[in-house]
Amino acid sequence: MNVRVAPTPSSILDQDWSKVLRWGLICGGALIAICLVGMPVEMDRRILIERYLSLGYLSVLFIPVLVGWVASTQVVLEGVEARKQGLFDLVTGFVVGAIGGGFLALLMVALDSWNLRDPLVNWSPKLFRFLTYENGMGFGAVAWIVTGAVLGLVGASFHIMPRVVRRVTTFVVFGLISLSILESVIDDLSEGFRLEWLDEFMFAKKGGLTLTSTIVIGAVIGVLSLVADGRMKAATERYRNLEGVERQKTSIVLFVVVAVLCIVLPMFLGKIVNELLANVGLFLLLALGLNIVVGLAGLLDLGYVAFFAVGGYTTAVLTSPNSPWFAPELHFGFALIFVVIFATITGLVIGAPVIRMRGDYLAIVTLGFGEIIRLLFMSDWLGPYFGGAQGVTNIPGVDLGFATVKGTDPRSVFYLVLFFCAIAIYVSWRLQASRLGRAWMAIREDEQVAEAMGINTVSSKLMAFVVGAVLASFSGAVLAAKVGSVFPTSFMILVSIIILVVVIVGGMGNIAGVMVGSFVLIGVLGGPKQPGLLQEFQNFKLLIYGLLLVFMMLKRPEGLVPSARRSRELHQEEFLQDAWLQGDKLDSDDEVSVSDGGGEEQ
Amino acid sequence: MSLLEIRDLKVTFGGLDALSGLNFHVDEGEIVSVIGPNGAGKTTFFNAISGLVPPTEGEIDFEGESILGLDPSIVTSLGIARTFQNVRLFPNMTVLENVMVAQHCRTNQLLVGALLQTKAFKKEEREIRERAEEVLGFFGHRLIGYRMDQPAFALSYANRRRLEIARAMATQPRMLLLDEPVAGMNPIETIELTEMIGRLRTEWGFTIVVIEHDMKVVRDVSDRVVVLDHGVPIAQGSYDEVSTDPDVIEAYLGRPVEAAS
Amino acid sequence: MAVDRFLTFIRVFLVTMIVVGVLAFIWQQIDADNVFARWRNPNARGLTGDQFKGLLISGLSQGSMYGLIALGYSMVYGVLGFINFAHGEVFMVGAMTGFIASDKFQANGMWEENFVLCLALIVLMAIFFSTFTAVVMERVAYRPLRNSPRLIPLITSIGVSFFVQNLVLGLFGPSSKSYPRLPEWLAKQRSILTFEIAGTRLMVLVVAAVSMAVLWYVVERTKTGRAMRAVAEDKEIASLMGIDVNRTIVTTFAVGGAMAGVGGILWGLMFRSVTHMTGFLPGVKAFTSAVVGGIGNMGGAMAGGISLGSAESIAPMLILEPLGVPGVSQLKDAVAFTVLVLVLLFKPSGLFGERLSSEDRA
Repeated sequence: MNVRVAPTPSSILDQDWSKVLRWGLICGGALIAICLVGMPVEMDRRILIERYLSLGYLSVLFIPVLVGWVASTQVVLEGVEARKQGLFDLVTGFVVGAIGGGFLALLMVALDSWNLRDPLVNWSPKLFRFLTYENGMGFGAVAWIVTGAVLGLVGASFHIMPRVVRRVTTFVVFGLISLSILESVIDDLSEGFRLEWLDEFMFAKKGGLTLTSTIVIGAVIGVLSLVADGRMKAATERYRNLEGVERQKTSIVLFVVVAVLCIVLPMFLGKIVNELLANVGLFLLLALGLNIVVGLAGLLDLGYVAFFAVGGYTTAVLTSPNSPWFAPELHFGFALIFVVIFATITGLVIGAPVIRMRGDYLAIVTLGFGEIIRLLFMSDWLGPYFGGAQGVTNIPGVDLGFATVKGTDPRSVFYLVLFFCAIAIYVSWRLQASRLGRAWMAIREDEQVAEAMGINTVSSKLMAFVVGAVLASFSGAVLAAKVGSVFPTSFMILVSIIILVVVIVGGMGNIAGVMVGSFVLIGVLGGPKQPGLLQEFQNFKLLIYGLLLVFMMLKRPEGLVPSARRSRELHQEEFLQDAWLQGDKLDSDDEVSVSDGGGEEQ
Repeated sequence: MSLLEIRDLKVTFGGLDALSGLNFHVDEGEIVSVIGPNGAGKTTFFNAISGLVPPTEGEIDFEGESILGLDPSIVTSLGIARTFQNVRLFPNMTVLENVMVAQHCRTNQLLVGALLQTKAFKKEEREIRERAEEVLGFFGHRLIGYRMDQPAFALSYANRRRLEIARAMATQPRMLLLDEPVAGMNPIETIELTEMIGRLRTEWGFTIVVIEHDMKVVRDVSDRVVVLDHGVPIAQGSYDEVSTDPDVIEAYLGRPVEAAS
Repeated sequence: MAVDRFLTFIRVFLVTMIVVGVLAFIWQQIDADNVFARWRNPNARGLTGDQFKGLLISGLSQGSMYGLIALGYSMVYGVLGFINFAHGEVFMVGAMTGFIASDKFQANGMWEENFVLCLALIVLMAIFFSTFTAVVMERVAYRPLRNSPRLIPLITSIGVSFFVQNLVLGLFGPSSKSYPRLPEWLAKQRSILTFEIAGTRLMVLVVAAVSMAVLWYVVERTKTGRAMRAVAEDKEIASLMGIDVNRTIVTTFAVGGAMAGVGGILWGLMFRSVTHMTGFLPGVKAFTSAVVGGIGNMGGAMAGGISLGSAESIAPMLILEPLGVPGVSQLKDAVAFTVLVLVLLFKPSGLFGERLSSEDRA
């Protein structure tokens, strides 16, 4: 087969200028948008590396690197050999970055000349000072163009770097940033393990990694990544090739390790981090439930928050002495029985009408139901029963005999949530490999044919709804006990959508993926109202969630941690192509050789 | 009493009669072929029986009971299984899973069994798997072994058609409706499948109705042939009778041009 | 099947409630102090003719705005087969643009001096930005997903909606923006055919009607419109006929966006307050209108909008209040969602029938 080589440009100036311009515009636009949305100024508070890098500056600086990298990426067709990347691409990155920087310079000039504070709330002197590095406009303008160009160059250079360098750089950068993000966790852990010296060494008083520790740790990570290079790959290969019993054993070991970590770590973490973990846990529980509805059964339930509300309010009414109409003040355990009952009923009531609808209609109608339920809980009409907009307060904690779980002790809340999460994980795991799980898969693949194969799609889908509803209601129950009160505002559609983002970004249909998604998203960025590790993102997390959702759908719909099946499903052609390229024996039709009088295929 | 009895079946789509005045019966153990030019309503016929399309008029009785208007899943659980003309497997499920899920209506373990891993649940799962392997084994070594764990989309065309039939078999029907089972297969595969259809009756005891265009297959397989044209049955009988029937020839080839004078 | 019986029960229940409510209302009108009213709703005052007419007018004007937005949902669904969740945000962008522009005009006095010119300008700007937003959305987020299973573009559009909402929040802040007042000569109350109608509402109805007429003309009488209809029927065949499918889809988005932009201006002038969340609820209700009227069907979208608007306005007083439900105005939104559920249960193809391409018909 003739392999064509992509055309080599005659000189570094033989750029596709329209493409360069386009990417430059995108870079500039993104930079201006980030500035005007208020990210840099707001996030400047958080220092990543003392005196040198704040989160605010990082949020701006990474854009030219990213866009430079993307702009100089070659898109090569199958069967065509890529041309060698070199100086040409560096120039691409350089120019793209410079244009982006130029836009920032223009923004600076504009900030100085006009006052557009009226519509654009972040058009402020603070932004100006940020952009000029406090050194005047001329300096700032030049600085940004130069910085942009250099960063663009760096981004483009990723294509050219030898693999080793690229690897080390990536690991060092991400490692350092992660450590900086996890500052509060490390603070707590070092206190718990009496390793305060480590904490003092690593972090400066005002926050952020110290310069020395940056260099030292950076070096360590770099070395480690070199050393572990071959070994990690071999280990992953070995894991992937495990089959059957072996794989099960490894999975169980991994699971036990994670479980032990989850139980042991909180004992060494402080209150704030435990509060965070408790939040993550609540959302994880919701996500596991939605994972069954969306990921396994394929039903896009946008009103999932309704079940969350039912769980919360049921618990509130049954356990709180302040419940307006009927206050039996049951113990949490008894209330839980009713929570399950009511969640099942709600699941059936909401599920029954939507079960036969088209996928997208189902989404909107469930959204509607979610809103209806919230409106009902908030209404004056049902106020005498549910407290209306004031909600129900004074919900007691959970008295377990040996301990009490209350909101003031987030560690206990985390353990309670962990317990329910364990149940949810178990349920998901068992159902997947069961008759019901297979029925769900079939329905997701082709509902009409599933019916023709004897599957009662209505009852299967209803089961999915009910299971999801019960799990969500558990989360609502724990929320009620934790916060001590329930308000209608805790149950907005926003929650459903954020859970959806977590499930999809993490990996739809895949338990590990959902766990990763919850920890990364809710843990770092925060939930609908609760802040995460990086409190500075509070005002921007929704923006990022939206962007993430779009990005994942476009580039990696199977999520961060895809299940093998989902990955295969979404990349069918690649799977087949890979098999072909590797020389696997792909299934092919029987050979026709009439002279053989009935030949057999290979 | 016939296994399947259809009287005066009429199916109308938006003003057009896809089927009308159709009388049809199949006795237990028969293999009946349904043929006719394209657009004659053959697949609509299958769709009406299996419940995917509601008939406008008429009666459909299976084992003496009316199945008119029943949901497809119920029709299948009563004992009628079908394949699709344009192979509709569950592409991302493995070969084995495709056949396992087809046994849904013959099994009954629910949520509780799966969660508690009861003995009954495990026993049923084992049986499902065994039965699946048995059905797949009917097709020789093509669909068993390492192939069982491959996703269905990775199969070759012929194997997909075979899997389609295996899936229908797995629902443990009394009657199989095969919609163009050999379409697109090469001559060797066709001969093999023709023989297999016969074995489906003798070894597995199915009553079979086949829609086909390949006349060799029709000739080798059928006890009886029914010809449809424009939704109306125009001939019935053995292959020899039907293949020489002038109405049938006209339906396929058109009226011979009259001599000029 | 148990599910079917349950659904029938729900249908019967809802219809009964509606009938009982209406009957109670009528009885209440006749005799305000009747037995039923005393039991269910002792504070009932019933509606005077004027009040009723007022509700009807407000419902119609609100509904025509829903209709304008619904056109975008309907057209995109007809052509691409998915719900553009972010269309509500396109509407919001139009309203925001209108705010920024009108605010500036008011600041420099043009608003009072030369209102008509200002109005024309802000409408044009709103149309521009809404259309721009819609077209960018299509290009960046939806075009790459043209051949994906239908739920994927829907989920993507949720992400886009979120993103645009929060981008606007970030850029312009959370405070509620208010449009300047309409000049007196326009806003004053008028009397038309015994209906007392505020000038603003009248303007909304007129503009909506004009926009519909323009749209009808474009779709039915121009080549572009024909192309749009062809692509909505069957993309593949349309491309075989020589129609540039991509461009037609962009045009569809653009036209839908323009309509939403006009709706945004009207909303801003009517309610005078806009925030980044303004698009969410009307967006969902507009989609409901599109479904009610028959998705893919443009006349249906407007009809659905008007029906929904009227229902939303009248039902609380007509049905809920006589039944003794307090605080009915809070439940207005619930009415809209209930209508959606009802229509999808009773007549999923909508009042006027849906128009979908063959591949999208479920």
